[in-house]
Amino acid sequence: MNLDFTYKNSNTGKKVVITICLVLLSLYVLLILYPLFNMVISSFKTTREILTEPFGMPSSISFKSYKTLWVDKHFSRYFLNSLFVTVVSMAFVLLLGSMASFGVSRYKFKCNTLVYMLFLSGIMLPLKAAIIPLFLIIKKLNLVNNFLSVIFIFMAMGIPSTVFILSGFMKSIPVDLEHAARIDGCSDFRIYWQIFMPLCSSSIALVTIYNVVPIWNDFFFPLVFLTSDAKKTLPVGLSSFFGQNSTNWGLLFVGLTIAILPMVIVYLCMSNYFIKGMTAGAVKG
Amino acid sequence: MFILPGLAVVLVFIVAPLFMSMFNSLFSWNQLIRGSFVGFGNFKRLFSGYPYRDMFTNALKNNVTWFLMTMLIQNTLGLFFGYFLSRKVPGHAFFQRVIFLPVLFSIVAVGYLWGLYLRPNGLLNAFLALIGKKSWQQPWLGDARFATPAIILVNIWRWVGFPSLVFMSAVDNVSSECLESAYLDGAGEWTVFSKVVVPLIIPSITIITVLTIIGSLNVFEQIYTMAGLDGSPNFATDTIGTLFYRTAFGSVDAGSPEIGIGSAISVIIYLLTFVFSLLTVSGNKKKEVEA
Repeated sequence: MNLDFTYKNSNTGKKVVITICLVLLSLYVLLILYPLFNMVISSFKTTREILTEPFGMPSSISFKSYKTLWVDKHFSRYFLNSLFVTVVSMAFVLLLGSMASFGVSRYKFKCNTLVYMLFLSGIMLPLKAAIIPLFLIIKKLNLVNNFLSVIFIFMAMGIPSTVFILSGFMKSIPVDLEHAARIDGCSDFRIYWQIFMPLCSSSIALVTIYNVVPIWNDFFFPLVFLTSDAKKTLPVGLSSFFGQNSTNWGLLFVGLTIAILPMVIVYLCMSNYFIKGMTAGAVKG
Repeated sequence: MFILPGLAVVLVFIVAPLFMSMFNSLFSWNQLIRGSFVGFGNFKRLFSGYPYRDMFTNALKNNVTWFLMTMLIQNTLGLFFGYFLSRKVPGHAFFQRVIFLPVLFSIVAVGYLWGLYLRPNGLLNAFLALIGKKSWQQPWLGDARFATPAIILVNIWRWVGFPSLVFMSAVDNVSSECLESAYLDGAGEWTVFSKVVVPLIIPSITIITVLTIIGSLNVFEQIYTMAGLDGSPNFATDTIGTLFYRTAFGSVDAGSPEIGIGSAISVIIYLLTFVFSLLTVSGNKKKEVEA
């Protein structure tokens, strides 16, 4: 029996349903793609052109304003800051998260469940609501305007879901493997590093995407903790740039394109990973 | 040994702040200095005293609007999209990829982009003029009636791919025998969807509902970028998130941070998140059926 919504071998009723689906989906796709397309063409227009002919094509393509933003408006610095913060916090999330998952899933000890629950609580608790104590802690540690402040918080943001996803996977690795290694004289750390980590590589790829996107995009914590211009990340830099240039539409669209387009390009190259990774917490199996 | 470093980070930056918020909410504060113990005084001020009571109820009302509109529009749309995609409509691979694309964008960039489009001289009003509906033109974000729904719709634009894909993989897991036997019993398309598929994916509906509750209570960036910290016009778009930020970093009353009141608000955010998530999970547990 053909269960798929395909026109072939379908009766009229089903064909109508399929057509309605297609119309709805196509309209929505247009609603997503046109604003993005308009953003890119607007970035090549002058403010005057944008306001008088919002749907028109730019009269000429010039990357001068891109250079202005990238160099004079410090977007290159924001970009590098974002990259630095994301890579460092992600590396620690993976290292500490996988170590904790290994411990939770492989060792039986008294507080095993309690520890696991503590990690899980981190998924549920909204971290933004904790900004006051976090601010007091970071201030006490003297880390305001230091990348370490957001790196620590991003680590806390990422480790719980990493433990949740990875420990689930590690529990499915046969114990015999561990025993075999132990008989051959393998230390605990080598079991973790040379046996478990390679076996987990596909789950680790999922976890990386699951965490890297929210960390790269996070606005709230850098807004609070990284206030000097030299330390701003891309979303915060974009925000202060919008505050200062709110009437220069042409430049604003350039800023938006710089912020959004890299994500589109990366996504085009590995969309399946992204879809699987981002929904990893909410989808079983 | 393996657990300690990760656990330490989680304890210091997630669990400890929870208890510190509860603790701090019971004291009066002068700037960043903790004062005397006041019991539930901060909560009392929040619920009874000017200006906090009005601001808090106003903000909470908007958060409820966020939740309802998101459930009604985004998650319903997501459910249908997910179902269509799972049933492999022509071009499903393409649709799936495009619908998910905006989920990856930063809320800040999306907020500013649509903020530009929704300006009085922006793209949306230009489009309305183009199709001859000049009378429909509005200063979308400047009008108290339209501002909150407009911002919610922008957020839905960014986020709808997420429930779509979650529901898609849920429907993928519904066994084809179930569907086949329903069709053989003569069930129509709508009956199959509403009586067979939806009951079987209740667990995913629960997850999405809980995530929507958490998301609606934590709305901040969307307001910050499209309406500003004050939730303009005239606090019409204010949410608990923005009110909390203003209280914690100072601009509600005398322009100085109110750590006591702010902590009280954060405790309420924790409580609401916890209670409503629990209610959803236990409420839906009863409706779950085995495939």
